[in-house]
Amino acid sequence: MRNSKVVSLEEAIRRSGLKDGQTISFHHHFRGGDKVVNMVVDKLAQMGFKDLKLAASSLSDVHKPLIEHIKNGVITGISTSGLRGELADAISHGLLPEPVVFRSHGGRGSAIAKGELKIDVAFLGASSADELGNATGHGEKSVCGSLGYALPDARYASHVVVLTDDLVEYPNMPQSISAADVESVVVVESVGDSSKISSGAIRDSKNPRDILLAKQAAKVIINSGYFKDGFSIQTGTGGASLAAVKYIREEMIARGIKASFALGGITAHMVKLHEEGLIGKLIDVQSFDKVAAESIHNDPLHQEVSAVEYASGEHLGSATHALDIVILSALEVDTQFNVNVLVGSDGIIRGAIGGHQDTAADSALSIIVCPLLRGRIPCVVPKVLQLSARLILFLSGTRLLA
Amino acid sequence: MVTISPGEGLQINLQSSVEAQFGRQIRALIAETLEGLGIKDAHVDAIDKGALDCTIRARVTAAAVRATGKDVWKD
Amino acid sequence: MMFVPGNNPGMMADAHIYGPDSIMLDLEDSVTMAEKDAARLLVHNALKSIDYGTTEMVVRINPLNTPYGKKDVEAVVKAGVDVIRMPKTETADEVRELEAEILKVEEEIGAVGRTHIMAAIESALGIVNAYAIATASKRMMGIALGAEDYSANLKTNRTPGGAELLLAREQIVVAARAAGIACFDTVYSNLDDMETFRKEVELIKTLGFDGKSIINPRQIEVVNEVFTPTEKEINKARAVVAAIKEAQAKGSGVIAVNGKMVDRPVVLRAERTIALAVAAGVISEEEAL
Repeated sequence: MRNSKVVSLEEAIRRSGLKDGQTISFHHHFRGGDKVVNMVVDKLAQMGFKDLKLAASSLSDVHKPLIEHIKNGVITGISTSGLRGELADAISHGLLPEPVVFRSHGGRGSAIAKGELKIDVAFLGASSADELGNATGHGEKSVCGSLGYALPDARYASHVVVLTDDLVEYPNMPQSISAADVESVVVVESVGDSSKISSGAIRDSKNPRDILLAKQAAKVIINSGYFKDGFSIQTGTGGASLAAVKYIREEMIARGIKASFALGGITAHMVKLHEEGLIGKLIDVQSFDKVAAESIHNDPLHQEVSAVEYASGEHLGSATHALDIVILSALEVDTQFNVNVLVGSDGIIRGAIGGHQDTAADSALSIIVCPLLRGRIPCVVPKVLQLSARLILFLSGTRLLA
Repeated sequence: MVTISPGEGLQINLQSSVEAQFGRQIRALIAETLEGLGIKDAHVDAIDKGALDCTIRARVTAAAVRATGKDVWKD
Repeated sequence: MMFVPGNNPGMMADAHIYGPDSIMLDLEDSVTMAEKDAARLLVHNALKSIDYGTTEMVVRINPLNTPYGKKDVEAVVKAGVDVIRMPKTETADEVRELEAEILKVEEEIGAVGRTHIMAAIESALGIVNAYAIATASKRMMGIALGAEDYSANLKTNRTPGGAELLLAREQIVVAARAAGIACFDTVYSNLDDMETFRKEVELIKTLGFDGKSIINPRQIEVVNEVFTPTEKEINKARAVVAAIKEAQAKGSGVIAVNGKMVDRPVVLRAERTIALAVAAGVISEEEAL
């Protein structure tokens, strides 16, 4: 093609005009299977860059090589929605010279849109792209589904590099990221292992405690007054909130109630309800498993949404403003209804705020499910260690005799 | 897991996943449990993964019974 | 009655939140010889520290003729257990021996008469002696079938239909009813086959059992569904009870519901249905009056 944007990673970096001290960005749609962050930061280190600020939509266990890059001064600042594993541990113990900025998904989208978080170069992995940069989350080698968290970066970053492991013939459509926003396309061996997307936080629970919490949450929802035809719902990825969907489904069928939409991270559970006709539309900022990633590709009523339109508190059009019910989990809740989803009882970062406070603040009914005790660690406390959101309700557990 | 061996005075070597929040409380509980059994000199190694007080008390008592050969239900 | 291994502190701390009527902490088959002393202390401390609310707390001890049995009795009576379950009970004498052990500890701590006994019957001899066992002590609150040991003792296997257990089950219900105490059926251990489990619960309810032993919280829902009277059954029972009251008010000895004569067994069954509905929380105590 005459005006092909395909170049090597090194050339793409050179063309971007990236300088020391600037901000680079990444999305986390491949979750634990992501290969882009480590690949790009390795290359930047090799090319001699220093003092870069890394703005990711989230970071996980797989990003522990960043520890070395922080020690070497390649990365000196991080903003993200979550940190896990060894990287989180090292940063909690003071590895990074400046504090990490945690933004919720909606908060990040809105900060990028407003220019509060200014991205100089965005490196965005895509499961397929054409030579001009039209990119999607569906390809031959990998499938990640929605690219919702990457869309604000694509739209607002000064310079956008798309990385893909499946270069397809022009035009790649319908596209998630538009060629109009893309400066370079880099073909790599692999952008991510999509089989690892549904590992980590997401699991289908047989744990009786999760099932008990799920039943309680379902009971609250069914009797909340919001459970009527045309309601909308979002669930987190904890075992209990996923299991709650099962009990809500049974009651929807029994009462002949249908939901208008489900929002947020979409799982196979939600796709099933949609395909059964119980949920009208799926608004998908992140596809949490292969079933969801395939569905968004094939089903016109299952649509991608950018982080801004998903959950920005400052954009009137964001979907969370229309949300009735959300089920979320928590590490701890305090007696003032503050919630901590990020910091363990030992002060170590061990989680992600995700869309927690966006949905908690905006939805009509916010339900937090957590046990009273995890081992000896109380989940209901006088004051949380770290404030993630202010809210409602906990359920069920062991009490001790005084 | 708790093991008890002979020692001078009470030495408690605790490794706990909840050290930051509960380390002091757990050490005090171990000392109190041993004192209740009349043990003032011992070296205690304890590995804890966030157990409840009642569990720790039971584990310490069981270790003490095994170490001393004196059964708590005979006293 | 939910079985919980006595060497698993996590499960012991959580067991009651699933709402079983009673919890049996096990010191016998689920605990290896090397762990008997530690499990005994775990159970003792759990009973003393965890607020199990109104859940009836049962501990299955080791047989008294093992080196552990008497220490188990001492540990759990001192911790205030509601019921001691004696395993592999074969004769009334064994019950009286346990009763004496319990009394000794109760006298020491000044709590005479607090502890009840449940006998698990797990052999052919035990089944033959069921009534004698059921009536051996004032403390006896119920008898239960232990099917694994029993079917091995019969030289047969357990089957999904449970033909091999039929006599034992009937014998236990009859003995319990004759003695005026409760009776509980054995466990069903395939957690993935809820259909067969449900059929078994339906069978033992028909046979007259008061409850089922379970090994996992997931089984609670099925047992409660089977044992909870339906709305239709409750309404019928209420009509019967209302008719009795009306008849009593009129001083009439003859009771009729919808033109049909009602005799005493029907009245007793109606009262039991309402008691069950109250116990299951389907109707309140006021509604039952």
